[in-house]
Amino acid sequence: MSLVATTEGARRWVRFTPAERMARFAVYLAGVAAIVWSARTIEIIPEFLLDAPEQVADMGSRMWPIDWRHFWPEVWPALIETPHIAAMATLLGLAMGIPIGFLAARNATPVPWLNHLARFILVATRSIPTLIWALFFVAMFGPGPLAGALAIAFHSVGFIGKMFSEGVEEAARGPIEALTATGATPMQKIVMGYWPMALPTFWSVALFRWDINVRESAVLGLVGAGGIGVALNSAIDLIQWDRVALILLTIFVVVVVIEWLVTRIRERVI
Amino acid sequence: MSALSIRGLAKEYVRGKPVLRDVSLDVAAAGITAIIGPSGTGKSTLIRCINRLIDPTAGEILFEDQDLARLSGRALRLARRRIGMVFQEYNLVERLTVMENVLSGRLGYVSAWTAWRRTFPEADVARAFHLLERVGLADFARRRADELSGGQRQRVGIARALMQAPGLLLADEPTSSLDPKTSVEIMELMRDLAAESGVPVIVNIHQVDLARRFAGRMVGMSGGRIVYDGAPEGLGNAELKAIYGGESWLSP
Repeated sequence: MSLVATTEGARRWVRFTPAERMARFAVYLAGVAAIVWSARTIEIIPEFLLDAPEQVADMGSRMWPIDWRHFWPEVWPALIETPHIAAMATLLGLAMGIPIGFLAARNATPVPWLNHLARFILVATRSIPTLIWALFFVAMFGPGPLAGALAIAFHSVGFIGKMFSEGVEEAARGPIEALTATGATPMQKIVMGYWPMALPTFWSVALFRWDINVRESAVLGLVGAGGIGVALNSAIDLIQWDRVALILLTIFVVVVVIEWLVTRIRERVI
Repeated sequence: MSALSIRGLAKEYVRGKPVLRDVSLDVAAAGITAIIGPSGTGKSTLIRCINRLIDPTAGEILFEDQDLARLSGRALRLARRRIGMVFQEYNLVERLTVMENVLSGRLGYVSAWTAWRRTFPEADVARAFHLLERVGLADFARRRADELSGGQRQRVGIARALMQAPGLLLADEPTSSLDPKTSVEIMELMRDLAAESGVPVIVNIHQVDLARRFAGRMVGMSGGRIVYDGAPEGLGNAELKAIYGGESWLSP
């Protein structure tokens, strides 16, 4: 009897149970199947793939030398328009997104149907891409920066509202309990509790979204909604690759500068 | 005449597993009542049922001619204004200043708009300064709450609770996160300030010696019931054994 006990006593340990191993294998298999399937669906044409380096070299030669003279007076005004569109869109997005974010947060708004409604609005605005919003607003207000700003603002609402509501839901319960105990109304709890506690999230979301919106507004010109994208679009249409190169370089510089700026501000504020 | 009268209070978080069973308690209009008992015996639940941070399952809580257990919405908020509360973890809004935290004790009396603009009535601000002076933090009004030590935060917590000009002060383990010296100072402060403004105090507390020293009345709880209710002098080893169980922890 004691002999049996010793053999059993040498316990074996493996990382996964057989069921877990099977499950992991199934996940790998599904991954490989997905790659094969999608490669077939997008119909990669080998000739085009082999041709690609040549095409890139050709485009590169057309882009060089960069047409610097085009910068003034064509590119500069469009360039200035871009961060302005972004700033306007971010402010509008915050004005709409923060109240909806409070409504979506289950602790600040303990009313389930309001949470669901707010979440629906957030998902809906976010799931429509900026370009689609832009087409919509260009049709409504005509081409120009206003349509661009509105498009980015409406697409931003979902992002801002969702991130902010998560910040609000992370607020400590204790201080809110203390405010409840003083007889505070739900609105007062937001004013004196949730809002100050979610303020770091607010700044972080606002800066991050401004950063994203600068990049978004660079693209919007493709549908005529103002900004540097308009210049880019017309240069491509006119096959002026030396000007395209200039505009791409400008966009790159602007994005890097804005990102640097945002990082600096974020360090200061948070 | 008692300030607070609890009748047959019961609370079940899960059906069939009561945390409080038929608790009845009358609290006089002055003095400190200490509630002692092992962790998980319902002390916190009892005290939170009084200002309805937790909804009781059954029973009455009579305070200022109202049954708090039946109130809801606006009536409940109005009743809560009359009950101050001090918490174990202080529960200050850390990103606000000391003054803002103290003034939030007046939220029941001002609009959300007033609170947003911080335009509290002059009398409230004067009272807040007075209370900060009394708790020894007059120079800290503009400091952010997260710059303060634990003892200082609890002083702010006391000032916030008294800012309500309450008819009853609840304290849920106000000294459990503090060192022994600071604990005594906090208890002295609560005793003195409550006596000054004639407010009765109910305090949950783990340190039996501290409770004995400050409370005029001790309530021992065990298993969701009150098993001792009387003067601190009557609380001997036999009673403590009945409250906490075991005896190896008791001094001989």
